[in-house]
Amino acid sequence: MSVVTTPELRSAVGSAALLGIVVATAIFALSWGMIAVPWRDVFAALGGVGDPLNAQIVLGLRLPRVLTAILAGGALGIGGVLIQSLFRNPMADAWSLGLTAGGQLGVALLVTAAAFSGPAAIAFLRGFEGISITLGAMLGIGLFALAMASLARRVGTITLLVVGLMLGFTVQGIISVVLHFANRVGGRVFSGWSDGNFAGVVLSDLPMIAVPVAVGLVLAMFIAKPLTALLIGETYAKSLGTDVTRLRRLTLASVVLLVAPITAYCGPVTFIGLIVPHFARAIARTARIAPLMPLAALSGALLALAADIVVHAPWEQHFLHLNAVLALVGAPVVIALLIFSPTMRGQR
Amino acid sequence: MLELKQLTVGYSGPRGAVLSDQNLAVSPGSFICVLGRNGAGKSTLMRTISGLQPALAGAACLRDDDIAALRPQTRAQRIAVVLTERIASPGLTVDDVVAMGRTPFTDWRGRLSTEDRKLVTEALELARATPFSGRLFDDLSDGERQRVMIARAIAQTPQLMVLDEITAFLDLPGRVETMALLRDHARSSGSIVLLSSHDLDLSLQLADSVWLLDGTGGMRVGSASELIEAGDIGRAFDTPAVHFSRELGRFELVA
Repeated sequence: MSVVTTPELRSAVGSAALLGIVVATAIFALSWGMIAVPWRDVFAALGGVGDPLNAQIVLGLRLPRVLTAILAGGALGIGGVLIQSLFRNPMADAWSLGLTAGGQLGVALLVTAAAFSGPAAIAFLRGFEGISITLGAMLGIGLFALAMASLARRVGTITLLVVGLMLGFTVQGIISVVLHFANRVGGRVFSGWSDGNFAGVVLSDLPMIAVPVAVGLVLAMFIAKPLTALLIGETYAKSLGTDVTRLRRLTLASVVLLVAPITAYCGPVTFIGLIVPHFARAIARTARIAPLMPLAALSGALLALAADIVVHAPWEQHFLHLNAVLALVGAPVVIALLIFSPTMRGQR
Repeated sequence: MLELKQLTVGYSGPRGAVLSDQNLAVSPGSFICVLGRNGAGKSTLMRTISGLQPALAGAACLRDDDIAALRPQTRAQRIAVVLTERIASPGLTVDDVVAMGRTPFTDWRGRLSTEDRKLVTEALELARATPFSGRLFDDLSDGERQRVMIARAIAQTPQLMVLDEITAFLDLPGRVETMALLRDHARSSGSIVLLSSHDLDLSLQLADSVWLLDGTGGMRVGSASELIEAGDIGRAFDTPAVHFSRELGRFELVA
C-alpha cells in the first residue's frame, strides 16, 4: 500500500461520509411513513413554509422522533466506546452490562415511591417529570455501573456479560410488577418500557436529552487521552502519568450523562452501544479513543435512524418493535465477535 | 544520573521493609541488572524507583529530583516502565501501543505531532518491531508483544527505563536479543536501563553493573566479576541442593 493513512485521517474521511449518509437518511425518515411527504415538501416544512398538514406531520410527528434517534444513537455509540475501553471488554455496553436496567429501576422506584407518598409527591413529580426521571435514571445507572466495575475485577468478560444481561431480565420483571401496582401514577413514564422507542419524545423534551448528552460528550473528549492509556492496563496508565482512580470516576460520570437521558426517555435501547464501537475501530483501524468518537457517534446515529425507519415504515398490520429490528442486526454481530474476536481468545 | 539516598523500600504493615538504607549512584548510559531470588524485593525496588510505590524512607533521585515528589506527568516524561503484565484490549494495534509512549508529551487531545510520529517509527525500528506495525496487538506472540512494549518505552524517550522481569516469557535467543538490545539502547541514548531478571548468566555477561539482592534486606553492587570473586552470587543463590561455582562461573548440583 503506497498511500500513507493515519487513524485520524481515516476517522475524518469516514466521519464526513457518515455525516452525509445520516443527513440523507434523516431527510428520508422525515418524508417516508404512513403518509408519504415528498422531499420538496419536507424542505418547505423545515423552512417554515408550505402546507400546514405536511408541516404538522414533518415537524410535529416525525422531527422529534428523528432527532431523538440521532441523539440516542450518537450517545449510545460514544457510551459504548467509553465502556468497552474502561472495562477492556469488547462485549461491554450500557445495555449488555445491565446499566440500562439500573436506569429503568431507578425511574421505576422513584415513581413507585412517589405513588406511595401520596398525591402531593405525584404532583411534584409530574411538574418536574423530565428532570426527575432523568435523575432517577442517572442514580440507577451510576449505582449499577459502580457495582459492575467492582465485579469486573473479579470475573471474566463473559461472566460479566451474562450477569449484565440477567440484571436486565430481573429489572424487566420488577418493572412488570411495579407497573401492575403503579400504572395509574406512572403516566407516560412507563409507556412502552418493555421496548426501546424513539417516538415517545416531544419537541419540548429534547433539551432534557440534549443537555446531559452534550455535557457527557464534552467530558468524554477530555478523558479520551488518559482513557487511551488505560487500554494497556492500570499500571502502565499510571506510569504514563494518569490518575487512574479519577479517570475511572470521570469515565463513569460521562457514561451516566450519555446513557441516562436515553434510558429515561427511550427505554432500553439494545445493541447499538455494543456493535458500533467495533464498526468505528474497523474504519479507523485504531483503539485510540479520540479518532473513534465521531465515527461511533455518527454510525450509532445512523443505526438508530435506520432501525427507526424500519419500525415506522408503512406496515399494513402494526409497528415493529425497535429492539427486534436492532437484534436482527446486532445479535449476529455479537455472535461473530464471540467466536472470532482475537481479544476474546482465551477468555471464553 | 540516578541516585539512591538511604532508600528503604517495602510495605507498611507486618511485611515491613524488604530492602533497607541503600546508597548508590548510577551514571547515564548504564545497563544495570537487578538479581535476586523470588521474594528478595526486586519488584518492590523497581516499583519504588519508578515512582509507582512510595518509599518507606529515603529517596530515589533522578538528576537531583526526588522521583516520588515529581508530578505524575513530569515523571512519565522521564521514566518509562515495562512489565510482564499481559494485557488485551479490543482493536488495539501495535502502532496504538507504541504511540502511547508519547502520551506524556502530547496536548490534551493526545494528538501526535510529526516529531511524535517520527519517534514512534524510530522506536519500532530500534526494538526491531517494525514488521508488526499495522497488526493487532492481541494477535502477537509473547515475545513479539514484549518487543512492542520495549518500543513503546523507547518512544517515551526516558532518562530512566525500568523493566521488571520482562524476559520471563521469552526463549533463550529472545532473551539474549532483548538484553543486548537494551544494553545497546542505554549506550546510544544515554538513558539508564534498569532490568530485573532471573537470567543470571546473561545478566553477568551483559550488565555494566549488577545489583544483587541478598534476600535479607541488603544489596551488593558491583561488576559481575567482582560479585563472583567476592562470593556474593553464591551467598545470594546457593541452596542445600545448588551451589554457585566461582571457578566455572555457573551453578552446580551439590554432589
